[in-house]
Amino acid sequence: MGLESWLPTAASSFAGDVDWLLRFITWIVGIWFLLAEGILVFFIFRYRRRPGVRAAYVPARSLRAMAFVLVPCALILGFDLVIDAVAAPIWQRIKETLPPPQETVRITGEQWAWRFRLPGPDGRFDTADDVEVVNELHLPVGAVVQFELTAKDVIHSLWMPEMRLKQDAVPGRTIRGWFEPTREGRFELACAQICGFGHTMMKALVVVENREAYQNWVRQKAGSAYTTPTENNQN
Amino acid sequence: MSAGTPALHHVNQTHARSFWRTWVFSTDHKTIAKQYMFTGLALALIGGFLAYVIRMQLANPGQPVPGYGTIGPGQYNAVVTLHGTIMIFWVAMPILLAGLGNFLIPLMIGAHDMAFPRLNMLSYWVFFTSTLILLASFFVPGGAAAGGWTSYPPLSDRAVNSGVDLGVTLWILAVALEFAAFLMGGINFIVTAINNRAPGMRLFDMPLMVWMEVAASIIFLFSVGPLIAGAVLLLLDRVANTGFYDPARGGDPLLFQHLFWFFGHPEVYVILLPGFGAVAEILPVFARKPIFGYRMIVYSTIVTGVLSFIVWAHHQFIAGIDPRLATPFSITTILISVPIGITLFAFIATLWRGSISFQTPMLFALGMIAVFLLGGVTGIHNGVPATDIYIHDTYFVVAHFHYALIPSVFFAFFAAFYYWFPKMFGRRTYEWLGQLHFWGTFVFMNVTFLPMFFLGLMGHHRRIANPHFFEALRTPEADRLQWIATLGAIGLFASQIPLILNLILSLVRGVRAEKNPWRANTLEWTVDSPPPHGNFANVPVVRRGPYEYSAPGHSEDYLPQDALA
Repeated sequence: MGLESWLPTAASSFAGDVDWLLRFITWIVGIWFLLAEGILVFFIFRYRRRPGVRAAYVPARSLRAMAFVLVPCALILGFDLVIDAVAAPIWQRIKETLPPPQETVRITGEQWAWRFRLPGPDGRFDTADDVEVVNELHLPVGAVVQFELTAKDVIHSLWMPEMRLKQDAVPGRTIRGWFEPTREGRFELACAQICGFGHTMMKALVVVENREAYQNWVRQKAGSAYTTPTENNQN
Repeated sequence: MSAGTPALHHVNQTHARSFWRTWVFSTDHKTIAKQYMFTGLALALIGGFLAYVIRMQLANPGQPVPGYGTIGPGQYNAVVTLHGTIMIFWVAMPILLAGLGNFLIPLMIGAHDMAFPRLNMLSYWVFFTSTLILLASFFVPGGAAAGGWTSYPPLSDRAVNSGVDLGVTLWILAVALEFAAFLMGGINFIVTAINNRAPGMRLFDMPLMVWMEVAASIIFLFSVGPLIAGAVLLLLDRVANTGFYDPARGGDPLLFQHLFWFFGHPEVYVILLPGFGAVAEILPVFARKPIFGYRMIVYSTIVTGVLSFIVWAHHQFIAGIDPRLATPFSITTILISVPIGITLFAFIATLWRGSISFQTPMLFALGMIAVFLLGGVTGIHNGVPATDIYIHDTYFVVAHFHYALIPSVFFAFFAAFYYWFPKMFGRRTYEWLGQLHFWGTFVFMNVTFLPMFFLGLMGHHRRIANPHFFEALRTPEADRLQWIATLGAIGLFASQIPLILNLILSLVRGVRAEKNPWRANTLEWTVDSPPPHGNFANVPVVRRGPYEYSAPGHSEDYLPQDALA
């Protein structure tokens, strides 16, 4: 249906599944929609008032008569269940499972910026070489990225159209999720939940690059997390 | 007044009533209906103006909007918040539920008035007060509420989060008062329909309009409690410094979302059903045919109402709820397509072998079905969690619910308005102005909202004041779609001019309407246009159902409910 020409580049491992499902649903409901509109328009023309023609008396009190409506709706029920049966595994893969991560990033939404924390070259969080950056994140292509998402003040929503990824960030909760960027490039990460004055401007850049460039970036930013929770405790 | 004969003291009340008792503090359900309707329509002008501001800003970000001025991001948030709040709570509910319900329920069941006329008057004046509070919130320091019509905490919780202080408190107060008003109205509707039916009218002789208004009232009654609880907690958080929604003090922001949507989704059907009821009355009259499967429609309405209570979490698939909840809620959600499908298909089947004429009420009723179908089917995209990941909080959703709500609110209301106008005001409307109104509204509605599906697919998320801030949305294609939608919206507003003209012209010099200009069956057409205070000089005796059109064995193609046959 030409749906893909409207969608942005698909740049994550599950983007293709989401797009396929969007197309699948659009085909099914599109056919039903056109059928219903077609019948409606046909009846409007066919049964317009004509002199001397009296309307038929069809109160449809019997099941036999009602079947003209009930049978199509039973079919709709079938299609509903098929759609959910097809969709459930896709949702399950994206949101209910956490594949073993190659990279982990802690993401905090705050008014009005995205804060990212990475474990740094030593691969462990809360050490002196942790990376903390605001509004620009680099990621290696082809790696499963696990995020630990929270919010500092109000609800925000992590929104990367190219990754087909959206997840609300809620104060007081840490929500784990994942995605796997499959395409190098510079992608925008917006906030999809109204979050106050700067909602529009809340945007980060996600640079997906080859592993070597990514590692250079991490080394360059190492230690940029100026405080760690351990230090906080000592204060 | 005695409990057994609640409204009878109004009958034969021939002495002159004062101006105030007749037009302002009236207990006459017909006057109260008009008060609700005109308040709602006046608020629709404000809500529509806000929509115009939104559309101008999105098509031409940062440029001053003619008639409004330059709009800052904080103001933009207030504009989208109040547009949603007004259109749902101060337009859809007063015109459809309170307006049509008040006017039609007593007339259609052969009652002299509502069961509790004074409660009815109180309901309107509480509503009116809530309206004043809401409008006042525009003018307080810090401006009106700016947290979206859903007002999720913590954004709505602390002034420091949204930059709005008093505005949010007034918003909560106004909404709470408004719901108190509709609670009074709803109880009145239910009691009236159960107790005050004319002799001979069984439940299954009631017109579908009455069924739908009562069903909507029951849904509202059962769903509004949790929302009021949620709003009180929010108010306490704001004014008494409690921490119900503050995680730092053991609260939980998601609690509000559950309470809000437990009400918020049934609310969709509270708004939808009265409009469906109006269409169900109009189709048989203009097709000269019984409604197709009366009982089937009643039962599927009940099923819709019940299902609407177990779908709320589909607004929260990606809000941080347990992801394992998504698929069960998705199944209940898209199952609603079955009873709603039954109702819509029954409407279409009513046309089959009919004798259809196309006056304005019928055009709007048919337009409602045609437009609503697209809003209905795109609900599946949103109701399936895996696709909702992408389209949630985008313009796809905005397009979807406008395609569901504009037909069921405005198309259905206009259909009802043109249809019952002769009964309400004793005058006929101008047919050519009505046709102009319909075609303008129908065409421009689609020009406005179709592009939004595509903007949503392009990744346009909601409630942003400047789409040009994002790379994917500053392309020529995106700008073109924004402009089409904006011009469509301007056309849509311009298309309402014939309605206003028609209203004024018809009231002043419209042809006087006889009792039953559409040759319809239901009881309201057996009394004068407009009906006197107390409605029925003699209580009618109901002998049959409301949809006996073109019945065999009768020369006339209609058979009023109280006719001797």
